[in-house]
Amino acid sequence: MAAHSAVFSISKMINPFWGGRLGNTVKVFGTTLTSHRNKTMLTGENIPPPAKYGGRHTVTLIPGDGIGPELLNHVREVFRFSCVPVDFEVVHVNSALETEDDINNAITAIRRNGVALKGNIETKHTMAPSVKSRNNLLRTSLDLYANVMHCQSLPGVQTRHKNIDIMIIRENTEGEYSSLEHESVSGVVESLKIITRNNSLRIADYAFQLAREKGRRRVTAVHKANIMKLGDGLFLQCCREVASGYPDITFDSMIVDNTTMQLVSKPQQFDVMVMPNLYGNVVSNVCAGLVGGPGLVPGANYGHAYAVFETATRNTGKSIADRNIANPTAMLLASCMMLDHLK
Amino acid sequence: MTARCMRSLSGALKPLFSNRLSRVCAAATCNQRQRSTYTTIPPPAQYGGRHTVTLIPGDGIGPELANHVRELFRFCCVPVDFEVVNVDSSMTSEDDINDAIMAIRRNGVALKGNIETNHNLPPSYKSRNNLLRTSLDLYANVMHCQSLPGVRTRHRNVDIMIIRENTEGEYSSLEHENVPGVVECLKIITKTKSLRIAEYAFRTARAKGRRRVTAVHKANIMKLGDGLFLECCKEVASGYPEIAFDSMIVDNTTMQLVSRPQQFDVMVMPNLYGNVVSNVCAGLVGGPGLVPGANYGEDYAVFETGTRNTGKSIANHNTANPTAMLLASCLLLDHLKLHAYAAMIRRGVLSTVSETRLHTADLGGQGSTSEVVQSIMNAVQSTGPRTLST
Repeated sequence: MAAHSAVFSISKMINPFWGGRLGNTVKVFGTTLTSHRNKTMLTGENIPPPAKYGGRHTVTLIPGDGIGPELLNHVREVFRFSCVPVDFEVVHVNSALETEDDINNAITAIRRNGVALKGNIETKHTMAPSVKSRNNLLRTSLDLYANVMHCQSLPGVQTRHKNIDIMIIRENTEGEYSSLEHESVSGVVESLKIITRNNSLRIADYAFQLAREKGRRRVTAVHKANIMKLGDGLFLQCCREVASGYPDITFDSMIVDNTTMQLVSKPQQFDVMVMPNLYGNVVSNVCAGLVGGPGLVPGANYGHAYAVFETATRNTGKSIADRNIANPTAMLLASCMMLDHLK
Repeated sequence: MTARCMRSLSGALKPLFSNRLSRVCAAATCNQRQRSTYTTIPPPAQYGGRHTVTLIPGDGIGPELANHVRELFRFCCVPVDFEVVNVDSSMTSEDDINDAIMAIRRNGVALKGNIETNHNLPPSYKSRNNLLRTSLDLYANVMHCQSLPGVRTRHRNVDIMIIRENTEGEYSSLEHENVPGVVECLKIITKTKSLRIAEYAFRTARAKGRRRVTAVHKANIMKLGDGLFLECCKEVASGYPEIAFDSMIVDNTTMQLVSRPQQFDVMVMPNLYGNVVSNVCAGLVGGPGLVPGANYGEDYAVFETGTRNTGKSIANHNTANPTAMLLASCLLLDHLKLHAYAAMIRRGVLSTVSETRLHTADLGGQGSTSEVVQSIMNAVQSTGPRTLST
């Protein structure tokens, strides 16, 4: 951190504009300091300052596979046209390679810039199980613990259900997506689903804070604690603990199977929902289907220090790639969320 | 108890059973039976032309619906006697459920309501329903979701058969907390069980003349686990060339189900995804009060409502929808090869469901359970030949 303090003092002299930012550690001359920064233990107290130089932000762009590249080109086009002061630093990730260099480069770029916009990176089933999902690697390395998806019925889109307004907050780093599997006995595979108290408290806190900020009345925790008593039981307990600190918001819980059934019959009853990783995946896809499909809903992954924006349902859309028929709405709304994040 | 004595008599009296390996002198060998590996198929509990079926009322709306089933069976003169076994969900000892399991081993077939799993009891208390399914190795849960005429839903022409692995997967109840605050839940996928459920799915698809089987998985994340499941499905699929096989990731599946459910035909999947997908499909065709479910094993079959709800909040209000339980009892009759009775009752149930003024609260109406059952009995009386004249 010695180099940091050195440039810190320099920056104080050079940029009076940044005087107000003395509270944060300063990221100046980003490239030379990346190696230091990568090894920095992100305890969450050092929030990197925005990569904003001369009034223009730099945002990492990961095109991904399928419809990702074409949609992101459109985003860039729209940004240029609207004179948005955002520069994109494009990092390609090749999903066909087995080495993790590509994704590590992308992670480094995001650490540098703090914000990213990405398309989905394909996870090929045919490759060896040791090749981890690139998207998952990204989320866990950057500790993007909250995936927020706001499903709203859009006017002009005809759907079977009307007046849906659900905010889904999904734990993004643990749960069933731990990628910890082993085959101790041949023919018997054990997959580990990890639930920790810290992460559960963190996501519950995030959910309630967000609900309070947005003026929401109710938070529903989705779980399967009747079967996974310890795991989801712990998650539920953490949610209840956090709920007690927010008396203005009602808290209730629902089992995931009942939740999905209620979602297809009466989705208007839900307000804010918080849940572990896999249920979040299923429930968010159901909600996306209810409001009109994967082409309409943007998603955001927030961590303490970083934010990555993408389409909510994370589809690669291989079958419609390069045919000029993909719906750009989700990606464009995601870029709007990014602009909101950049204030 | 008389059943056991009669079994040995039946061995002598009924040459019908001579082809099958039979359990004789059941009473003396009762203890042995619990410990033996069941390679012998128990003979049907059919004495003097009447079947004996275990009935587990369960909690919530279970008991009242089970009573309606018995009422209807009596009215239709169905040759089925129910052996009622009550399971108290608040007791921590497993005696109750073991008694129920023993009764089902004896009779081979059961009809059950859902037994509540109280969250407030310690984690060592296992789910009774789960215990029942795993002890009896009821490996296949089959749920047939069909749009019923007369029930207005947002989607029409839904006809999906869901086959869900019922004994392993996420429901292994194996969890531990090595480090305080960190819980690990084990999800077990085995090759033998995956092959077995895939085999069952394809056989059923062939038997029902279905064109397509879709495997639902999350193998991009759980590569070894769901990867193994998918592999087993592909292996089995190669032996059924006339049936198209494809696979879909569970999140995409649920999204497709809410936008275009008509594209699905037969779906096979591990336990947890099966739970979610079956509930979504039940919601699509009209709710938990309409769909029956069946749990099949090598030797045993247990029938219940498809979505396994206890319905505590509507218990004893006379507002529960009896359709699911009655259709489950029709599945039971089909299993016992009493097809005529099954068809008769099913006809009655379906004609009643199509009458909007009799819809119960879950379908948006104001009818009561007893009204619905009465209407079914009237329908049966007017169409069926063998009814009690009241």
